[in-house]
Amino acid sequence: MSDDVRDKVVEIIAELAVLEPSDISMDNTLEDLGVDSLGLVESIFAIEEAFEIDVPFNANAPESSEFDISSVGAIVEAVRGLVAAKKG
Amino acid sequence: MGLRRVAITGAGTINALGHDVPSTRAALSEGRSGIGPLDHPDLERLSIRIGGRVRGFDPEASYSRQELLLYDNFTRFALHAAAEAVASSGLDFSGELGERAGVVVGTGVGGAETLDENYGVLFREHKNRVHPLVIPKMMNNAAGSHISMLHGLKGPNFTVSTACASSNHAMGLAFQLVRSGAAPAMVTGGAEAPFSFGGIKAWEGLRVMSRDGCRPFSKTRNGMVQGEGAGMFVFEDWEHAAARGADILAEVVGFGMTSDASDIVMPSEHGAARAIDAALSEAGLAPENVGYINAHGTGTAANDRTECAAVRQAFGPAADGVMISSTKSMHGHLLGGTGAVELLACIMALRDGIIAPTINYEEPDPACDLDVVPNVAREADVEVAISNAFAFGGLNAVLALRRA
Repeated sequence: MSDDVRDKVVEIIAELAVLEPSDISMDNTLEDLGVDSLGLVESIFAIEEAFEIDVPFNANAPESSEFDISSVGAIVEAVRGLVAAKKG
Repeated sequence: MGLRRVAITGAGTINALGHDVPSTRAALSEGRSGIGPLDHPDLERLSIRIGGRVRGFDPEASYSRQELLLYDNFTRFALHAAAEAVASSGLDFSGELGERAGVVVGTGVGGAETLDENYGVLFREHKNRVHPLVIPKMMNNAAGSHISMLHGLKGPNFTVSTACASSNHAMGLAFQLVRSGAAPAMVTGGAEAPFSFGGIKAWEGLRVMSRDGCRPFSKTRNGMVQGEGAGMFVFEDWEHAAARGADILAEVVGFGMTSDASDIVMPSEHGAARAIDAALSEAGLAPENVGYINAHGTGTAANDRTECAAVRQAFGPAADGVMISSTKSMHGHLLGGTGAVELLACIMALRDGIIAPTINYEEPDPACDLDVVPNVAREADVEVAISNAFAFGGLNAVLALRRA
């Protein structure tokens, strides 16, 4: 079954991590993939542009942001939520 | 000729707390915030809607039409602060003194508002020309050049741009010029006008801004809040100042600058600690001599934690006896102008014995376990104060001042 949100998020993260999408699993953290703090804000920017959404994320308080970045799977779910909210 | 002692004999400012030194000092000592809602025609397109704006300043009342065409807001702020600094110093730069006295200004983005406004017209309205004075208005050295023209300062004049350390670097270099005997007096400080639409958007993108307030060192901090304005000083050869009976506000005794050489945005504890060490070492002071530190204290998770660790590294056991506060909680982060406004808090500590507080302090953070003078100003007898600035790019600049 195709999953456009998942595939696009994985593609964005893979590009930033200089990996193939097939190297990335839902359990990976960004740290596992070698994505640093600048890579993180770049990936959020790319996600906002790709899905035309605003991601509520503050690098000062990642743990209390509404946007969960604890793993690739969590990011996919958070993006899914924002896309659904946009469609209303 | 040996090294000269360097006196601060004039001070001026305009910022979110006031349009001059007395009103700014009053706000700093009362712990009053100048940060409030932004007023912007495209406000609904911004996610960051607070800032430390200069309020009630009417450039049209201060400057002629021709001057307004030439002065970006950062230049207007710089000129306003420089006029107060020169007037309060009592110096007259006409004649021989003006031949050798100069200017060093720090600014991060210079005439960014002018760029934003004029390039915006090209892109948005597809116009094919901009105002002919865009270049001399936006250039980073415009403020320093206009200061020299208005006050007759014909010696060394240059502008320093090291992001959030710009004004500390500028004042440090002015200190070195006076200390070495290269100039008898220097007008120095910094200015910033960062509230262009593009500028705010660029900062939003970094995800380090707070939407609801600047809370340095507090566990609940969630980012920085921008401010705008300028701070300017007159640094003068001590003998020259004493000979004319000048009121000396403080003595500049040391300047330390280092580069982290590690990361373009993440600060380094070691680089910051080495800058503090260097400033104290030049001044011939030990950490125990320092009573007050004006912190860089941006209110970001990374800065405040790293800065406290750097102070512990540089001060050792003396870290537990020093007061450290971030006045950015009140005036916001003036980026390239910030160290200049913050030097006023150091002078207030030395001269008036009042330590400006860190306001909006809500909850201790074990990673920031120093005496951050929470919420309420304190009276204290302070002999030496230092002012920290740690910029993006890993550039650190620390000034040390002694009571005059």
